[in-house]
Amino acid sequence: MPKLSVEWINPFIEATENIIGTVAMVKITRGKLTLKEDSAVEYDVSGIIGITGEAVGSIALSFPKKTALAIVTNFTGEEAMGIDNDTIDAIGELTNMVAGSAKKIFSDKGIKLKISIPNVVVGKNHTIVSPKGTPSIVIPFESDVGELAIQVSLKPGN
Amino acid sequence: MKIITIDDSSTMRRIIKNTLKRIGYGDEILEAGDGKEALEVLENNDVDLIITDWNMPVMDGLAFVKKIRSDSKYDDTPIIMVTTEAAKEDIITALKAGVNNYIVKPFTPDVLKEKIETVLGKKD
Repeated sequence: MPKLSVEWINPFIEATENIIGTVAMVKITRGKLTLKEDSAVEYDVSGIIGITGEAVGSIALSFPKKTALAIVTNFTGEEAMGIDNDTIDAIGELTNMVAGSAKKIFSDKGIKLKISIPNVVVGKNHTIVSPKGTPSIVIPFESDVGELAIQVSLKPGN
Repeated sequence: MKIITIDDSSTMRRIIKNTLKRIGYGDEILEAGDGKEALEVLENNDVDLIITDWNMPVMDGLAFVKKIRSDSKYDDTPIIMVTTEAAKEDIITALKAGVNNYIVKPFTPDVLKEKIETVLGKKD
């Protein structure tokens, strides 16, 4: 696997646009990619899934509170009032769908990955730090309900 | 018609339950958060259809399906797997383990209805 090139990032972008568009009916527009040496997104809630196989690392889906509540409300059909257990569970499931969708895109290219069960981190302006030596790219998105970002941290698998 | 829906995400269980009600299969819906919990629920309940996720803690969907299919009591009980695992090799693995039909998340109510009708048709 080369460095974190476009071929390794695009499936995650495609999966995020597809899943958020389908289940939350929110059209998102990609912003400029940034390579983060110390990989920081500063939002309020993040769903994180570990990746193993031909690449090893993680994908995180991060939202400011306002965006998270709007997207979860559309996803579940029930108004999300705050970052409670139901919202946290829904963010985990959305992350699961994005990772699963990206896994399928890789699989169609002959690249086999495995994904873990999602974890969700909550906290104002929290950061996600990937292990040393694992390159990390942040892809911000804009939408009518606010901004969000994915953070892809991957290196070649064994 | 009694159905059990197994998923570690309470959101997905709620979405599946609401969808089942919308498409006319909402009579009696049991829930479990993983395969082990589902086996415990099934000890005291007979169901007509099992809808299970794959990736779950404690006992995942694949291990659960294998366990169910090793018990002749469930020979005629259809199983639908609803999962984000959409790669071709995953679908083959699930079908080999004894899943009757397979739905990739996210899904529409029409897809769930069609898959249920297909497996119930097979059952008859």
